[in-house]
Amino acid sequence: MRRELIEFRNVSFRYDEQSPWVLKDLSFTIYEGEFVAIIGHNGSGKSTIAKLVNGLLFPQEGEILINGIIVNEETIWDIRREVGMVFQNPDNQFVGATVQDDVAFGMENRGIPREEMVKRIEETLQAVQMSDYRLTEPHRLSGGQKQRVAIASVLAISPKVLILDEATAMLDPKGRKEIMGTVSELSEQRGLSLITITHDLAEVVQAERVIVMNQGEIWEEATPREIFSKRNELRDIGLDVPFVAILAEGLKQVDLKLTKEPLNQEELLEELWILHSKT
Amino acid sequence: MNNSLIIGQYVPGNSLIHRLDPRTKITIIFFFVFIVFFANNVLSYGILVAFALTAMLTSKVPVRFIMKGLTPVWFLIIFTFILHLFVTKEGTVVFELGIFKFYSGGIIQGFAISIRFFLLILVTSLLTLTTTPIEITDGIEDMLHPLKRFKFPVHELALMMSISLRFIPTLMQETDKISKAQASRGVDFRTGPLKERVKAVVPLLVPLFISAFKRAEELAMAMEARGYQGGDNRTKLRELKVTKLDIMGYLIFILVVAILFLTRTYG
Amino acid sequence: MDITFKNVTYIYQRNSPFEHKAVDGLSFHIPSGSFVAIIGHTGSGKSTLIQHLNGLTAPSEGEVHIGDFKLTNEEKPKNMKELRSRVGVVFQYPEHQLFEETIAKDIAFGPENFGVDQKEIERRTKEVIRQVHLPEELLDRSPFDLSGGQKRRVAIAGVLAIQPEVLVLDEPTAGLDPRGQKEIMDMFYELHQQEGLTTILVTHSMEDALKYADHILILNKGKKFMEGTAVDVFSQREALQSVQLDVPEVVEFLIKFEKKIGKQIPFHNQSMKELAEEIRQVVKGVDEHE
Repeated sequence: MRRELIEFRNVSFRYDEQSPWVLKDLSFTIYEGEFVAIIGHNGSGKSTIAKLVNGLLFPQEGEILINGIIVNEETIWDIRREVGMVFQNPDNQFVGATVQDDVAFGMENRGIPREEMVKRIEETLQAVQMSDYRLTEPHRLSGGQKQRVAIASVLAISPKVLILDEATAMLDPKGRKEIMGTVSELSEQRGLSLITITHDLAEVVQAERVIVMNQGEIWEEATPREIFSKRNELRDIGLDVPFVAILAEGLKQVDLKLTKEPLNQEELLEELWILHSKT
Repeated sequence: MNNSLIIGQYVPGNSLIHRLDPRTKITIIFFFVFIVFFANNVLSYGILVAFALTAMLTSKVPVRFIMKGLTPVWFLIIFTFILHLFVTKEGTVVFELGIFKFYSGGIIQGFAISIRFFLLILVTSLLTLTTTPIEITDGIEDMLHPLKRFKFPVHELALMMSISLRFIPTLMQETDKISKAQASRGVDFRTGPLKERVKAVVPLLVPLFISAFKRAEELAMAMEARGYQGGDNRTKLRELKVTKLDIMGYLIFILVVAILFLTRTYG
Repeated sequence: MDITFKNVTYIYQRNSPFEHKAVDGLSFHIPSGSFVAIIGHTGSGKSTLIQHLNGLTAPSEGEVHIGDFKLTNEEKPKNMKELRSRVGVVFQYPEHQLFEETIAKDIAFGPENFGVDQKEIERRTKEVIRQVHLPEELLDRSPFDLSGGQKRRVAIAGVLAIQPEVLVLDEPTAGLDPRGQKEIMDMFYELHQQEGLTTILVTHSMEDALKYADHILILNKGKKFMEGTAVDVFSQREALQSVQLDVPEVVEFLIKFEKKIGKQIPFHNQSMKELAEEIRQVVKGVDEHE
């Protein structure tokens, strides 16, 4: 049994008394080392979850536990050590004058000695393949490169969980691929828990578990495969259905029987190949 | 999408001048500004000019580039020169032009003032040409450090400066984008009566302010998420180090000052 | 209005250490009334290209013709305002250009600058708000009270109110969620179909290019890399991959299908239904040519 890392207990949140609830009576658990995707359309409340985990916002009702500690004003600085976040806009989270200054920022805040910083900068920039850009200024980097620097700066404080809050939404397809590649590699190597918050179903394929948000509530919590099979329902709540899932549906309609819901093109081709060799 | 404007016009390099500690550069320039006013004969001016030109050549910044940067200042220098020509009535009359008489004193004074002016501008622009804005910030922060005792927010000031510098290119790009978007909607920023042009700035400024506020808000949140709690108990990655080079810089400068005082005319 | 680029080169910061060619010897032709997709990486010259289309930028070398307007390095059209009233540009994140107190005023801003009279502006405002699928009641509200997706629609309405003949779209769906993306793209397609707007879409999305464009132009490092219909362009997967561009998923699937099953299904921009049927025939061994 894996240890619980993040626990939401009946959490409700709204920005002020007049406005509607953004999250309604939300409960879920994320375990150590787990890769969870939180998906939902814009305004479904998914990004609020990230800010609650990190103590950037506090719930009106319910409680949130990180590593067994309740998130409140007194504990936030300890909790932010455990929770690293990468936000959507690459520009608006880049503090340093150069890449290495930015990676150092979080460490400086935590009073890490200089020699240790230098070591970790080297190591984390290597992990995100940005070693060649140590002294580069942010306006000379692409969006994807800035986001990789943001990931390096999170890794430098070695948190237990990395939250990507729509970190790929403003990137081009190339940048998006690079980030997703970097991230999944890292989570495997470092036993880091990973939470990706996104509206792109293509990004949830690698996750162990998917939490689908709709109007401030959990709409579904399941494996990517189970989620993919709910095509029409996904469309109803404003999400897109990946190509493989649509094709699988089309094949069903022409009476090609697939044994399981394919997650990617390779799985679908494998099935087609078996079907083909039988005839 | 390359940025045209580099603030302070920093030219990357690894010359001796580039490698000097920013504090050394700031200190030397600070005192240079004073001693320029002590020169009062050809030789003493010659020494200062030689010092400044040597520094310029050592920096390896293309001379053409520096001169281009001085273009707006040339006008001022020439203007002061001419002013002195007309106003100062000392020494002998060198030549006459209609009702105007030009005196030798005027010419000499004009030259002297122009050279001072030129030296000041050249040396200060050498600082920004060879030192990144962030290094200058670090230097100033360190030099202001003693003020911390009097509750002067040195760290906050330096952080604010470095963040502002960091966002200048971003905001420039944004200004460019928004002005192009509004130009596409028929705004004319360049021609028309002044009143119209002032009005044309509103559709540019409002979006810029809105976006700057949004950026500030997001940045503040990101900084908090990254554990920023103010200046106490913070360590620093950037450190300033006085090296042999700096000591040499100071020695050379002191030598120049000494020679200057030896050569200037007294009494 | 036909659009023609003849050997267009654009050089940034000429004669400085930072000089670089954003567009390099580009030639192409866009006939009036077509829907063209321009694809390329960030920095491939797309944004610079767009700025030539309404005279924000003039070419360093070569000629740009937009209808009767001609732009060269020496010669800018005198009636630049007219050019801009006929070529509407929706920039990336267009909601960043909103500034007026009410939505109606913001939509009216463009037409007012181009000297359209009040009555006509009112008529257009009502028309465009409907075209972007927003309720008329919103017109007196502040644009800043809206959600991100709604703000974008208001900004788009502001460009449509100019009633351009050519509509240039720079990644109009960036940052929207899937439903928002689809709604916006369908809206532009509808306008293209109904109003006969020449539409130029700059995009990263191969899927959108495939779905909406009848002509595709691919840029790489400021040069034209490829040009043609979706079938022409996307059947050259290897060439595209050599410049790290993707093909639409369906094309990728067909290539992998051929490798795995050993039989080819040609790409002809088939619908999902047609594709499923074609796969069934191959897999079940039914002769396609019976």
